[in-house]
Amino acid sequence: MLAACGLQSVEDLYNHLPDEVLLKRPLAIPDGLSEYEIAAWFKDQAARNANGCASFLGAGVYSHYRPVLCDVVVSRGEFLTSYTPYQAEFAQGTLTSIFEFQTMICQLTGMEVANASMYDGSTAVPEAAMMAARITGRHRFLAAANLHPEYREVLDTAARNARLEVDAFGYDAESGRFDLAALEAKLDSSVACVIVQSPNFFGVIEDVKAAAEIAHKHGALLVVVFTEAVSLGLLEPPRDADIVVGELQSFAISPSYGGPFAGIIATREKYMRQIPGRLVGETKDADGHRAFCLTLSTREQHIRREKATSNICTNQALIALMATVFMSVYGKQGLRELASQNLAKAHYLASGLDLPFSGPFFNEFVVNPRGRTPEEANAALLEKQIVGGLPLGRFFPELSGSLLLCATEMSRRADMDAVKEVLL
Amino acid sequence: MPKTLGKIRPHLTQDEQLLFELSSPGKKGYQLPALDVPEVDPASALGSENVRAAIEHFPEVSEVEVIRHFTRLSTWNYGIDLGLFPLGSCTMKYNPRINEAVARTEGLAWAHPYQPEALSQGAMEVVAILEQYLGEIFGMDAVTLQPAAGAHGEYTGIMLVRAYLEAQGNPRKKVLVPDSAHGTNPATAFMAGYDVQTLKSNDSGMVDPAVLAAAVNEDVAALMVTNPNTVGVFEENIVQIAGIMHEKGAQVYMDGANLNALVGIARPGDFGVDVLHSNLHKTFSTPHGGGGPGAGAVGVRSHLEPFLPTPRLRRDGELWAWDYDRPQSIGRVRAFYGNFGVLVRALAYILAHGGEGLRNATIDALLNANYIRARLEEHYQIAYNARSMHECVFSDVRQEKQGVRTGDIAKRLIDYGFHPYTVSFPLIVHGALMIEPTETEPKAELDAFCDALIAIAREIEADPETVKKAPHMTRTSRVDEVAAARKPKVRWTPQA
Amino acid sequence: MTYPENFRYTKEHEWVSVEGDTGTVGITFHAQKELGDIVYVDLPKPGTQVEVGKTFGSVESVKAVSDIYSPVSGEVTEANSLLAEAPEKLNEDPHGAAWLVKIRLANPGDVGALLSAADYAAYIGE
Repeated sequence: MLAACGLQSVEDLYNHLPDEVLLKRPLAIPDGLSEYEIAAWFKDQAARNANGCASFLGAGVYSHYRPVLCDVVVSRGEFLTSYTPYQAEFAQGTLTSIFEFQTMICQLTGMEVANASMYDGSTAVPEAAMMAARITGRHRFLAAANLHPEYREVLDTAARNARLEVDAFGYDAESGRFDLAALEAKLDSSVACVIVQSPNFFGVIEDVKAAAEIAHKHGALLVVVFTEAVSLGLLEPPRDADIVVGELQSFAISPSYGGPFAGIIATREKYMRQIPGRLVGETKDADGHRAFCLTLSTREQHIRREKATSNICTNQALIALMATVFMSVYGKQGLRELASQNLAKAHYLASGLDLPFSGPFFNEFVVNPRGRTPEEANAALLEKQIVGGLPLGRFFPELSGSLLLCATEMSRRADMDAVKEVLL
Repeated sequence: MPKTLGKIRPHLTQDEQLLFELSSPGKKGYQLPALDVPEVDPASALGSENVRAAIEHFPEVSEVEVIRHFTRLSTWNYGIDLGLFPLGSCTMKYNPRINEAVARTEGLAWAHPYQPEALSQGAMEVVAILEQYLGEIFGMDAVTLQPAAGAHGEYTGIMLVRAYLEAQGNPRKKVLVPDSAHGTNPATAFMAGYDVQTLKSNDSGMVDPAVLAAAVNEDVAALMVTNPNTVGVFEENIVQIAGIMHEKGAQVYMDGANLNALVGIARPGDFGVDVLHSNLHKTFSTPHGGGGPGAGAVGVRSHLEPFLPTPRLRRDGELWAWDYDRPQSIGRVRAFYGNFGVLVRALAYILAHGGEGLRNATIDALLNANYIRARLEEHYQIAYNARSMHECVFSDVRQEKQGVRTGDIAKRLIDYGFHPYTVSFPLIVHGALMIEPTETEPKAELDAFCDALIAIAREIEADPETVKKAPHMTRTSRVDEVAAARKPKVRWTPQA
Repeated sequence: MTYPENFRYTKEHEWVSVEGDTGTVGITFHAQKELGDIVYVDLPKPGTQVEVGKTFGSVESVKAVSDIYSPVSGEVTEANSLLAEAPEKLNEDPHGAAWLVKIRLANPGDVGALLSAADYAAYIGE
């Protein structure tokens, strides 16, 4: 091969680079390992993490059972090792599954257009906010204080760089829901969108209708965020929203120490040209058969460059595929039954405990451990091989005596009884 | 149609409807355990106004229908597992399955991001070691693994530049981007609040130091340079370019899309780059998965380190801890700590290769690209005569005389059983064919690919119409993208 | 292709036809041919003030976006609703039914500075 290239040695492949840029020593990285050694190394690392514990952590990342088929499908090389489906004739598998994904996200959220997925829920929030800014020509965002605090931080970072402002409005200390009066007080004609989460970070279901009414009265859009996708099996979707943003981790995606996940962004048909990211559309091939392709690409960076809706190049195709298989396996009946089980488990866990908020909750809630700090309660639980809840003081100083607890269909009654014993 | 073409022989694929069309009431593919706690009535727990009716038209299919559905769909796709995937600047290399296996290790895959740090030490160790190895490969002082993808890494990188310059008293106004750059570069600069000024490339497709010097002033924050650039050529004046930027107090941002040409041979940090991103799904073999997930590691020189996104790993005695107290940080760019599952895969790739193996992979990637160039140069017009690194870019000027463009040649290549190269990019090349084979390919596959492109060049001379109407051998013939865009239909709805 | 004698043209491939104080603006046959199949036309709302030489909208094909530069200054009085439903008309009848906007001219004399049909045809090499 070297001879065919007209070269004498492998050094000739790169010795045209200026001498001063060449690395004159081997990389300081140990010699290669065999497959067996690599597997063993990662197993050793995994052993230093929480293992074999029951966990009641939620807060944006949920432990749900993953049907076996999900992993089987995403492990197929034709999906795993394919590229973004620019060459439609050769990528109908990916394109068809994304079209199904977009459809199911619309069905779930009550929206009319959903894109092919975003990086994750947190990064989808600023994308939705920027979209609202483009639509309204306004520059201020109002975010509920009970939005996931890390989502809020991601929004702050993006807004700061885009010279846009984020302001928060508070929550009602009694119900745990956003404070409607506080929202109204901050709304004016500079607000592009109001951002609320439901169920919110405390697990409480919000009054989306009221938020929509008041936002629309001031010409602002309403962005509704969800982090627990399973809740949509049972909860009325945010039909009054203009943009819905969410995280699909609950749909078969392992917690994986925080990623990779898949976010969604869905909206009304009239805003379709302002949605960022990939969109798949239906069309026909030259023989008249139904076919799918990427469409409305002129919104994207590779064509519009600095005028694009976003710099995003990819979606999270493989993760979205996993969620699509999950939704197919559970289906209409299963998703509702799954959500009902989550509701039942969480309400069993909550019964008798000291809950500071009165608002309705799905599978997560805030609890005040009796006679212990949250940290002490967690330490006591860990002795029983249980990872407890998330102490909220880190994000909400006023809730430093509280834990955020989550139960799913995976939570066993015996473990829940053990938790109740410590927190009661 | 002929029964064989190059390495192709047609085989049967199954037709398949959409899930919604396969559905019928009451079919199900799931099992849930019996509930071990009392049932809760949704309306009384949540309020009836908060409980939805059944999700209209949501799928109702059996388990076997689900597996058949997605298996049938999969057979309509092409992947690296089926053959050469020569997309230029996309680095479609083999995705080792050991990566997939270790990412599924129980204690890693099921680690919750909020589990106590003392019970997350293994996950944090993975992050720490990958940061260290990537720093060594990049020649950079610090690395963050938080960005979720390449474009996200780019965005993080330019935000770092802005924060650094702001701390110096002036964020400046403009970012310089060569006309050969990927579209994300200008889009990113704009998102970070900068105006974009395009730099014209010279006759070799490179950044022209004289053009650059004339463009740099106190308003310029950074140059976004891809090296090797998008025509597959190493920017031979890179040290001088960096000098010009630094002299005016501006930063050099490197798009690491083409890092696969450099690993073990040259390091961006050694040739003057201040900040770069690298797509772990390119150089470090994590799967593209039909378009994600990726991960965008960002490496910086020490002067930019204080601005890196929160949280950062730090050593706390014997343990790793997350440091959230970083007053100069640009803030958080993503919830939690990045696409950890992708990081695991990338680290597995590095561990498998070791330092020497990584360098050897680079050399193989360079050799494969130069071999393709040598075989095709007689049949297609090379865009620039400069030496190729890991990819080679041709122009369709010869074929255009017969009315055949790069997009047509790409579609015809599908008939020969190969995924097309990158079409019509970079924009500075007239009708570009951008080909990157990576180190993955054996000589036989490279030869079959070159034979196919040579055969197509001959077809264009003899019968251009066959090429213009391609593909002919695929299940789906040429797709009408115009109709899709004119009347966008982006979800299934039941027929009225 | 013949370019109507009573239109005036820009080097950015727009045309304007003046009647009284109203100018009807479109893109030329040459422009639509260069763009290929047009899939979307983005036009300003009535009431929008436009300025000569500044962009007021865009025309999209599948893989390209082209800005439209106003040949005249004034206020948009009407945008062609036909194009929202049937962007392909811009390929079929760019000098007729597929006009883009009507503009109440601020300075009807502006058009004098634009190209004549003959000059435009020469400019595009026809």
